[in-house]
Amino acid sequence: MATEHIVVNCTINGEQTTFLANERDSLLEALRDRIGLTGAKEGCNNGNCGACCVNMDGRIVNSCLVMAAECEGAEVRTVEGLASGDQLSPLQNAFLEQAALQCGICTPGFLVAAEALLEQNPDPSEHEIRYWLAGNLCRCTGYDKIIKAVQQAAGQSVV
Amino acid sequence: MQAVKYARAESVEEAVSLLQDGGAGARPLAGGTDVIVQARERTRDIDLFVDIKHIAEVVAIEHGNDGSLTIGAATPCYEIYGDDSIAEKFPILVDSTSLIGGTAIQGRASLGGNLCNSSPAADGIPSLIVLEAQVEIAGPNGRRTVAVEDFCTGPGQNVLDSGEFVVKLHFPAPAAGSGARFIRFIPRNEMDIAVTNAATQLRLDGDGNVTWARISVGAVAPTPLLVADAAAAIVGQPLSEDSIAAAAAASSAAANPITDMRGSIRQRVHLAGVLTERTIRQAAERAA
Repeated sequence: MATEHIVVNCTINGEQTTFLANERDSLLEALRDRIGLTGAKEGCNNGNCGACCVNMDGRIVNSCLVMAAECEGAEVRTVEGLASGDQLSPLQNAFLEQAALQCGICTPGFLVAAEALLEQNPDPSEHEIRYWLAGNLCRCTGYDKIIKAVQQAAGQSVV
Repeated sequence: MQAVKYARAESVEEAVSLLQDGGAGARPLAGGTDVIVQARERTRDIDLFVDIKHIAEVVAIEHGNDGSLTIGAATPCYEIYGDDSIAEKFPILVDSTSLIGGTAIQGRASLGGNLCNSSPAADGIPSLIVLEAQVEIAGPNGRRTVAVEDFCTGPGQNVLDSGEFVVKLHFPAPAAGSGARFIRFIPRNEMDIAVTNAATQLRLDGDGNVTWARISVGAVAPTPLLVADAAAAIVGQPLSEDSIAAAAAASSAAANPITDMRGSIRQRVHLAGVLTERTIRQAAERAA
């Protein structure tokens, strides 16, 4: 059965956006292929790796597990929305200073997920950070540097 | 991805009509964390998603004046474990919903979806079974209610007929002296599928006698099991090492698992007993 193109109206990184998508597109495919926001990455495409993590209506979701059509009326925030112009966010700066990335594929997902954690819980324990980020996989850093970056962004002393 | 069409239902009646007209390839879409993967990987033939998340009663949490609870089938996990009254009165639902997937999955996945996916290893279903949940189903002939232990009929299979979907889950008020606990065994700390899981709800009277119990084990049979023999082993007496051991042995005896990449038959039979013992002890702590 052929599917139709659909029109979706939503807010992306604070801007009212109307985009055209295939009815079978995931939000991840729509962001990358239709809207040109390639920050969210396709890793596993089945909800295990977290590389495609975006914020939808205040909650982090795996955008590979959201249909683009579901976003009608939604408020979506992606990694592209973190910086203000050339000014990186405190969390992004902390990732650089703590060397919390190597290849970088997982980084947008970690940034979006960690930003949502800090919005909800500005002073998380290491345990809380690790559990919150358990759905984001990184094969380079061994995670410790990522945890330290989140702690630094939370204003905690990092050893 | 298969050529899937998408429709947003605004009412239960509209959802039933869309599902009925869509035939075998139509599936309700709640959090999508299972069905979108199944559509993409072609493990199910799906050509229409009927989004049920915009129907108020399908995403609502209602606390009854009598202490009962109703949870809309598509209510996401984070809303369930974030509900203070549920945490206080039904902490076993927090056990389950806070360990299904990671944070991003919990932002979408629902207990209704976990039930309808009908995995033998589902981490929501044993808790629903010991809480005596009733499943409210809407379909072309109106509504019907099914006891949750009768809902799953095999791996990925359940009692839903064409055009039907689960609207909500009803939980009776736990009687005074009740406690319930769910535990799963996985080889890491989070983000994994159960090798085996188990749940117990029990009631203690003022003298410490177990007056009622319900015990369920998962990932040890084609569907999550309600193990009546395990409950019978502890009811009518105070908890003792002997009665708990008898309940554990009953769960191991009821287990009829397979060997797969997550665990062997021998390990799962053993775990059914171990997790039964632990959930009994921890349910009793919550009851006290």
